[in-house]
Amino acid sequence: MAATKKLGKQTLALTNPPIIVGTSSVVGPKEGQGPLGKNFDLVLSDSLNGEKTWEKAERKMLRICCQKAIEEAGLTQENIDFMMAGDLLNQLISANFTARDLGIPFIGLYGACSTMFEGLALGSMIIDGGYANHILAAAASHYDTAERQYRFPTEMGIQRPLTAQWTVTGAGGVVLADSGRGLAVTHVTIGKVIDLGINDPNDMGSAMAPAAADTMIRHFIDTGRKPSDYDLIITGDLASVGRALTEQLVKQAGYDISKNYTDCGILIFDPSQDTHAGGSGCGCSAVVLTGYLLKEMKAGKFKRILGIGTGALLSTTSSLQGETIPGIGHAVVIEAYPLNTQ
Amino acid sequence: MVGREKEDKIIPSDQELQKIQYLRMVKTTKPKPTLLRNILGAFVFGGAICTFGQALIELYKSFGLSKVDAGAATSATLVFIAALLTGLGIYDSIAKYAGAGTIVPITGFANSVVAPALEYRREGMIFGVGQKIFSLAGPVLAFGFVTAWLVGLITYLLI
Repeated sequence: MAATKKLGKQTLALTNPPIIVGTSSVVGPKEGQGPLGKNFDLVLSDSLNGEKTWEKAERKMLRICCQKAIEEAGLTQENIDFMMAGDLLNQLISANFTARDLGIPFIGLYGACSTMFEGLALGSMIIDGGYANHILAAAASHYDTAERQYRFPTEMGIQRPLTAQWTVTGAGGVVLADSGRGLAVTHVTIGKVIDLGINDPNDMGSAMAPAAADTMIRHFIDTGRKPSDYDLIITGDLASVGRALTEQLVKQAGYDISKNYTDCGILIFDPSQDTHAGGSGCGCSAVVLTGYLLKEMKAGKFKRILGIGTGALLSTTSSLQGETIPGIGHAVVIEAYPLNTQ
Repeated sequence: MVGREKEDKIIPSDQELQKIQYLRMVKTTKPKPTLLRNILGAFVFGGAICTFGQALIELYKSFGLSKVDAGAATSATLVFIAALLTGLGIYDSIAKYAGAGTIVPITGFANSVVAPALEYRREGMIFGVGQKIFSLAGPVLAFGFVTAWLVGLITYLLI
């Protein structure tokens, strides 16, 4: 059987576009003080969230976020066919433990910080293929849990380089449905793992930019679209350094994205919040998507966006052993549907 | 096919060349480290800590301690202050501006022991605190021992 829904090499055109029927975003206090603070559904007053450990706080945040998204969709846990979620912690403890509490058939995902878009992409394909009516896709990260796993204890006195990014404390969730009214996921471009030799774990934007650019260029080639076909092109967590590099790489391939391109890691924090290059982590693209982008789309500000979740696929072991940092980018097109005439 | 030409631009056959070009692009795009500011910060804070240490030595000597004992008492005092500030969550905020100024003196060593001890308290006393307390200071201790052993050996052979 021919892959009739496939465009070019890596893109899928969904013929039964899944509808986004529920969204939810939960963030930590620093994110709540950021430029998008008032958009989020719930802002925690402290990063422990009433728990004894940061890990517990992270999974509680993810659980609340999933429950809120299901509630907003007007559904109950029993209505959800599959849950697809991931986080940054070893062995995906936040997502796995949340799935234990929710009792929804579960597929754990690890795409580093691209997990939200990876979940959206896979969930959309499952619904489009007729294998499910409702899918919950979610992702979470927490500054303190990520910091202790990847870098130093939080009270360690060190100077962070200017290219360093700040892991977002936040969880975002989306409920996709096979029918309904609202925004729709129309295309998916699955990215390749790309590594152009960056080995500085304090410069993830530079490590991920080539993967984001590759997926973006591939998407334009596969669909025959131009950057101007989108109201907004947004990457997950490249922050200021990665954004500048992506823009240059895409330009080299002949596409000008300077007018309508930005990054979630740049939007979520204000430069005065001293995060250096900007935000990162699974939670970064998850909460900017659910808390800001989808809400703005519903309000009519954007009609069609191209979102690219970006992930740096390193581990503390690979970094210590001197390996370079591979990156990945998964793209999803979200449209105000069926307003779209194409 | 139009796409082909574009594809060739992003994925040249020589992958190494592509990497070299990219690293060059990264180098020109990345913000330059604020070296002068960091050096000044380290000088001012590091100098202040050492001046304060010297004042403590003089103070302890005025209490009648010998020069060696005054030095030991000063180290203990500085370690205590650094540990306290780490516990109160103040040390890392100072270190952000001070950089090497708070790492090089003995206060940096205290911070690097107390920070993991606090951090891993939640994993228990034995496998949390006990196992991780020297996770950052460990290399300093290990190579300190090696250096001390070498110096001792040389001293023994020469004298």
